[in-house]
Amino acid sequence: MTSTALHDLGVAQLATELRERRVSAVEAAQHFLARAQAHQNLGAYVAVNPDITLAQARAQDAAIAAGTAGPLAGVPIAHKDIFVTKDFPSTAGSKMLAGYQSPFDATVVTKLADAGAVTLGKLNCDEFAMGSANENSAVAPVGFDAPAPVRNPWATDRIPGGSSGGSAVAVAARLAPAVTGTDTGGSIRQPASFCGITGIKPTYGRASRYGMIAFASSLDQAGPMARSAEDCALLLSAMCGPDPDRDSTSLDVPAENFSAKLNDSIDGLRIGIPAEFFGEGLAPDVRAAVDGALKEYEKLGAKLVPISLPRTQLSIPVYYIIAPAEASSNLSRFDGVKFGHRAKDYTDLVDMYKKTRAEGFGDEVKRRIMIGAYVLSHGYYDAYYLQAQKIRRMIADDFQNAFKDCDLIAGPVAPTVAWKLGDHGNDPLADYLADIFTLPGSLAGLPGMSVPAGFGEGGMPVGLQLLGNYFQEARLLNAAHRLQQATDFHLRRPEGF
Amino acid sequence: MTAKLIHGYEVVIGFETHTQLATQSKIFSRAPTAFGAEPNTQACAVDLALPGTLPVMNREAVACAIKLGLALGSHIAPVSIFARKNYFYPDLPKGYQISQFEIPVVQGGEVEFFLGDEKKTVRLVRAHLEEDAGKSLHEDFIGQSGIDLNRAGTPLLEIVTEPDMRSSEEAVAYAKELHKIVTWIGICDGNMQEGSFRCDANVSVRKPGAELGTRREIKNLNSFKFMQQAIDYEIRWQIEQIEDGHAIQQATVLFDPDTGETRAMRTKEDAADYRYFPDPDLPPLHISEQWVQDERAQMAELPRTMAARFVADYGLPEYDATTLTQSKAMAAYFEAVAKACSQPKLASNWIMGEVSRRLNMAETGIEQAPVTATQLAALIGRIADGTISNNAAKQVFDALWTGESNDVDAVIESKGLKQMNDSGALEKIIDEVIAANPDNVAQFRAGKDKAFNALVGQIMKASKGKANPTQVNELLRAKLAG
Repeated sequence: MTSTALHDLGVAQLATELRERRVSAVEAAQHFLARAQAHQNLGAYVAVNPDITLAQARAQDAAIAAGTAGPLAGVPIAHKDIFVTKDFPSTAGSKMLAGYQSPFDATVVTKLADAGAVTLGKLNCDEFAMGSANENSAVAPVGFDAPAPVRNPWATDRIPGGSSGGSAVAVAARLAPAVTGTDTGGSIRQPASFCGITGIKPTYGRASRYGMIAFASSLDQAGPMARSAEDCALLLSAMCGPDPDRDSTSLDVPAENFSAKLNDSIDGLRIGIPAEFFGEGLAPDVRAAVDGALKEYEKLGAKLVPISLPRTQLSIPVYYIIAPAEASSNLSRFDGVKFGHRAKDYTDLVDMYKKTRAEGFGDEVKRRIMIGAYVLSHGYYDAYYLQAQKIRRMIADDFQNAFKDCDLIAGPVAPTVAWKLGDHGNDPLADYLADIFTLPGSLAGLPGMSVPAGFGEGGMPVGLQLLGNYFQEARLLNAAHRLQQATDFHLRRPEGF
Repeated sequence: MTAKLIHGYEVVIGFETHTQLATQSKIFSRAPTAFGAEPNTQACAVDLALPGTLPVMNREAVACAIKLGLALGSHIAPVSIFARKNYFYPDLPKGYQISQFEIPVVQGGEVEFFLGDEKKTVRLVRAHLEEDAGKSLHEDFIGQSGIDLNRAGTPLLEIVTEPDMRSSEEAVAYAKELHKIVTWIGICDGNMQEGSFRCDANVSVRKPGAELGTRREIKNLNSFKFMQQAIDYEIRWQIEQIEDGHAIQQATVLFDPDTGETRAMRTKEDAADYRYFPDPDLPPLHISEQWVQDERAQMAELPRTMAARFVADYGLPEYDATTLTQSKAMAAYFEAVAKACSQPKLASNWIMGEVSRRLNMAETGIEQAPVTATQLAALIGRIADGTISNNAAKQVFDALWTGESNDVDAVIESKGLKQMNDSGALEKIIDEVIAANPDNVAQFRAGKDKAFNALVGQIMKASKGKANPTQVNELLRAKLAG
């Protein structure tokens, strides 16, 4: 056992400790389960099962002893509750799926388990991953009898961001060394930014969507969240790879060792700075932190190149047409017939549908189902859905134009730091507008990251967003790692954790 | 020709046929497609639409679409798109059906067939790939319905025609021809009772030259008999309505075989908005020219081509050729017999006659015929070489059919059916018959041909049917003339 507390070790260090048997997988699992329990007031976890976790840990200890251990042998992780798991309930943060047990594991869950990771439990999120503050979860966190807010460990009266809020909190509060998240319009990057951790969403299609409870099929991507780019690289290497028998949108691109190029020089790297990301809506404190990080890059030899992403503003209406359209259809299967919630009393089939869905879905989900059904309906399809698809293509083209002049794009993740719980209250539009910088990359299917870049108002973390061209994850992680070698924002810890 | 009118109305019919594809597994999952299993035993997580599941296209189903397109001379789209058809129903697990909407895989093409002597052509609009739904079971559950999802995800090709048919007879002939083609090319087992081939008929009537009338769609016609009854009833009903001054309302109707009537299920006002949009879970379906060529190379000869070849190679009349190419097995049986005995017309006569009669009586197909092609060829050989008469051949056929024997010559031998080819013995019989029937002889010589036939009959009787009728004719004529 080293002198550093287990929960301060990064994934890479922890994996080494485990492999060299200075700490056992069971000890590591027990340590994090204890921390999760001690800090359950944060509402990060929605399901734990120590028996299962410890059984997995014992199996990894045996594998380590037998010399058959995978690269993540014994590393405890936790999954966003959007991934279905055999060993834990899978709820997607919804009353609709309260207690739902999946008969199979998501591909990403299987891949991480195959690499040796041990599952600590499932993490809170916005219902069906719809939200920017994790205020839309309908599931009671571990230790609670009713749904409760997920709290940002940097200031527990603030939101952690969403929809992977529980994931970001678990990493920031050191309740897990690394976790999985999913990103549809920014759901990995924005909570990573708000909680001062590192997260990456790979190119759409690099990680299998099989077993991810679908929100918007053409946008959903799984990715890791951890404290450092180095740790994210380790997890991402295990998560990606083709899954042609289960996910038709999974790309035929081989798995890659994303750790290989972490230390490459970034001297001469051209970083594109989109003017549209630095306009009026950007809070000065966020701008200051982002500018600071960009200066660090210049010191490391990178060149800042002004670029334009002219349709940035349009990404909000485009996203809030396409994502709800797909969601309205994806969520039709929750009808009370086969699984999940069914209303108790109903008079006939239609009444059963109506009551089941009225009771089972929360307000934000219903809002998006209605928007989605509307934009797909006869007479409106061309004006909304089809038009949105056309602009989506143009947004993707804008990025290709920009990448002619730069290797990466950098800017803020979100216009502000994490806001206070309840601040956006009954104003869903305020939440939607806060997604402006993450949506364009999502619509284009590009890989994107959030890297801790400093602190703003109230001492809240600020993330720097890095966007790469398709399949440029290694370059993103390289750039993030080099920044993290030069700065210590990612090593700062919220007080008391 | 002009269309047949009914009470001054022209009938207009278009078809939509749901053809279940004979693939091993479902269109978007690996669950088996076999019919008749215990409810919900052939449905996997994907078919149940469990959270997190995704569809993956079955290549075999695409191959079926390519084959159909090749058989019907259609355009096979190099890129087609899967779309979601959204509606709630308990037997639709995802709350949407994956289908093809704007860009289907098979576009255009035509079905040609004979209606009596007249050649008809029905143009296709399209054929698209989609998944079947499950089944709601309303019996067996008091006050509740059961859901069986075994059928959910079974691959379908929905084949849609232009409104080209002008009578119920033509519609049924079209359906039979399409049924023949899909079973012939092996993409569908054609079992209508099990729902493998389900037709919807869009029926309207109009005064000749007028705009198309409002159509009503008769759903789920799964027998040719009911198809004709349903369409005929619907035509009469629509004409009566119009004659009574009522406008036809667009509607979906069901045929009740017990009452012989159609009744409306839902009208256009209830028509759902299916909110079609391209399925983001499935990339566009790409079909390479190479794939089409590979399927073409593996395709069996089509019935129309084969019938033409039967006419050209075997000198069969078109009627025979068309009849023998009603099924692949029948055609193969014919070819085997014809090649083995080198008597194609005799082979055709026997297959269309005695063989078909016996098969119909036994209500079975040629695959189950107890008389093999080799045996029938041997039998025909014995007729052709004069060993036995046609009548005797029927007795031999009977013995083969019932399994009494499996050897043609052995039956001829044991039953003593050999024709009397010894002209000495035959002449003796003829002489005796002439001597015993002076009246008939006199009448024949007086110019009455009937009397000749009476003498032939006597001779055949005296020979116990073994005399060769041709030989009898020749010898008798010679003797009477002499």
